[in-house]
Amino acid sequence: MNQFISSALIGFSQGSIYALMALALVLVFRSTRVVNFAQAGQAMVSTYIGWEVINRIESYWLAIPIAALGGAILAAAVQTFLMRPLSKRTSQGAIAPVANVIVTLGLLGVLHSGAAIIWGSGEKLLTSPVSVNGFKIGENVYPFSPTDVLVIVTSVIVMLIFAFIFKQTNLGLALRAAAFQPEISRLAGIRVDRVQTIGWAFSGAAGAVAGVLITPGNYLNPYSLDILLVFGFVAAVIGGLDSLVGAAVGGIVLGLTLSFTSQYVGTALTFVVPFVILLIVLLVRPNGLFGGRSSRSA
Amino acid sequence: MSLIVRNLTVDHGAIRAIDNLSFIVEKRRLTAVIGANGAGKSTLLRTLSGLNPATEGKASWDEHNLLKGKAERHVRKGVSHVSEGKSVIPELTVEENLDLGALWRRNKKEADESKKYVLELFPRLGERLKQRADTLSGGERQMLAIGRALMSKPQLLLLDEPSLGLAPLVVEQIFQTIRDIVNSSSMTVLLVEQNAMGALKIADIGVVLNLGKIAAIGPAADLIADPAIRAAYLGY
Repeated sequence: MNQFISSALIGFSQGSIYALMALALVLVFRSTRVVNFAQAGQAMVSTYIGWEVINRIESYWLAIPIAALGGAILAAAVQTFLMRPLSKRTSQGAIAPVANVIVTLGLLGVLHSGAAIIWGSGEKLLTSPVSVNGFKIGENVYPFSPTDVLVIVTSVIVMLIFAFIFKQTNLGLALRAAAFQPEISRLAGIRVDRVQTIGWAFSGAAGAVAGVLITPGNYLNPYSLDILLVFGFVAAVIGGLDSLVGAAVGGIVLGLTLSFTSQYVGTALTFVVPFVILLIVLLVRPNGLFGGRSSRSA
Repeated sequence: MSLIVRNLTVDHGAIRAIDNLSFIVEKRRLTAVIGANGAGKSTLLRTLSGLNPATEGKASWDEHNLLKGKAERHVRKGVSHVSEGKSVIPELTVEENLDLGALWRRNKKEADESKKYVLELFPRLGERLKQRADTLSGGERQMLAIGRALMSKPQLLLLDEPSLGLAPLVVEQIFQTIRDIVNSSSMTVLLVEQNAMGALKIADIGVVLNLGKIAAIGPAADLIADPAIRAAYLGY
């Protein structure tokens, strides 16, 4: 294994986490046209739930599904009790496009404060069940670690589950139909409100898994996942903001680029590069790599 | 069983689209609603299927109140609406569009029977099941939209301008299929059309709508024969 392959694998590992976050943002955006800034806060709360599980029953393996379930319930509640009533009242007029953004930003603030009250603003350690130290081959130690393997495997499993649900099940068909054409879906008998809530729940679960996966090796505090939102958002826009496959590819592309940049150019540029990529993609393909038509009806 | 509309009024903001409308559509009949652009035809269908709120009045299918609840609820009571402009989901395949109409029935066997019926009615859809709906021609899309509605096994089918933007030969074929559906099943059809002559030719009953009010109603053949209707709506 040389340095190049190690960087690529690390990029793939980090990228798969960005992909999950992007998936979370895209699931919400395509089903309800909301850019959910609170996603970072929801993932953070879910990660604290995972941290509680690890602390109490010392099982990282259970922490992932329980955090995912917590994230799903939280997201479904946010959609049912906050976003749906809001969209019913603000669907008309100039406030409509702005209202969602402001409310999700406000919710992010509430989640920050809430987490600080419950868990304190100090940093928590979420330990990985496998080593975070890089593999050693001969005399060389590479940054790519068993934890990265765990991240890649878990992300791929989650994405395969999503792919199966969306492509092979009746629920998936209803989710896609309701996202593309809510009115026609209603006429076909789909309970669109319910399906949208399920879409949010899936999104919350994906964000939760991203949070639990990225935290080992880093620390957890109420703000620690905000940067993940930025990377997830860039990945989602690269992929077209509307496409689940695009979100996955966007995440991997971003992860690889960040990894190669810090390896060969320097860590100082790490935060500039994603935006350069974003800019290039938007200039060359304004709808993202996987975005469909420039405008959608309804 | 029949569709009963009583004193129905629908406002779009300041505009009164439907004005104190009353009529009855009898079961197993094909009723055509014709009239100029802006007469309120589409609004009428959208109100009956639960997409538009009514301002006042009553509308029911059998015992089922059509002015209460959402569109997805009416589908479960046997009312299917094919909305204006080829109401299919372009991003889904032809088969997915069809399956969508029967998802709520949660009965694979019955859904398969409906699909068989739809594909007998529209064999061209059968050849294109795996294609995305946006690869279809306009006529095929309209067939798919009607097929999707039939997958819900409706008793009352609301059709909004199936002839819109289609070539005359295709229009004739689709109108004939609609007539066949009524002849061969227990379905009731309310057809809204700009193509007044074509619609009245296949209809049992005609309703002429003007500015949200009924200008004339009666057997379709009588309306076609009426010189005043011919001059105002049929163009000769």
